[in-house]
Amino acid sequence: MILARVVGTVVATRKDPRLEGFKLLIVKPVSPDGKDESGYVVAVDTVSAGIRDRVITVSGSSARMADGCKDRPVDTAIIGIVDEVHLD
Amino acid sequence: MYFGRVVGSVWATIKNPNMEGLRMLVIQPLTPELANTGKPLICTDYTGAGPGDLIYWVRGREASYALLPKEPATDTTVVAIVDSVHLKSSVAPESRPAAAPEPRAAAAAEPRPAAALEPPPAAAPESRPAAVPPPAKGRKPSRKANSC
Repeated sequence: MILARVVGTVVATRKDPRLEGFKLLIVKPVSPDGKDESGYVVAVDTVSAGIRDRVITVSGSSARMADGCKDRPVDTAIIGIVDEVHLD
Repeated sequence: MYFGRVVGSVWATIKNPNMEGLRMLVIQPLTPELANTGKPLICTDYTGAGPGDLIYWVRGREASYALLPKEPATDTTVVAIVDSVHLKSSVAPESRPAAAPEPRAAAAAEPRPAAALEPPPAAAPESRPAAVPPPAKGRKPSRKANSC
């Protein structure tokens, strides 16, 4: 799982029927200390995250384990909104 | 499975329902020599590891199997706290630097024989058979030792 920041949304009218009703967000990976990292990912939102939220994303086949994503063509899912990160 | 060190933790109130009750840790991946490698990542925790603990973690779909029967949506899970690592460090790190210099040393050594190629060819075959037996003797006892 990685930390990421929600930076945008994706609208797709024509898509796999199994993705209908899902919110797609563009997320940018961030380091635990808050710095942006390279790259962007489109992720399925399962927690009603919004723009600028810091979120936890899970990728790969594990993304399909998220509630609501079973048997759907999802490889990145947002599964939590981060309150706080403690670095020791 | 990979080594890692616990460097922090993550709190998230709003989570996918199947992530409820799981601890999440910030892990810095490590090499077997315990040097930092790669970017920190978030892992669910199966062990109760704390800050500074040396752990190992699994990646991929298997990560959620560690938390059966729940199968939460996680792709990285801390599955063990490491007590000690026995690495043949006297062999591994030395063999790597030794492997790199060897070609250079060989390249540097080549011109010398090239200059002196003609005189030593007769000496070289002699020195080789002389050089071969000692390592063979040296190896035999070690094989016996291994077989014992």
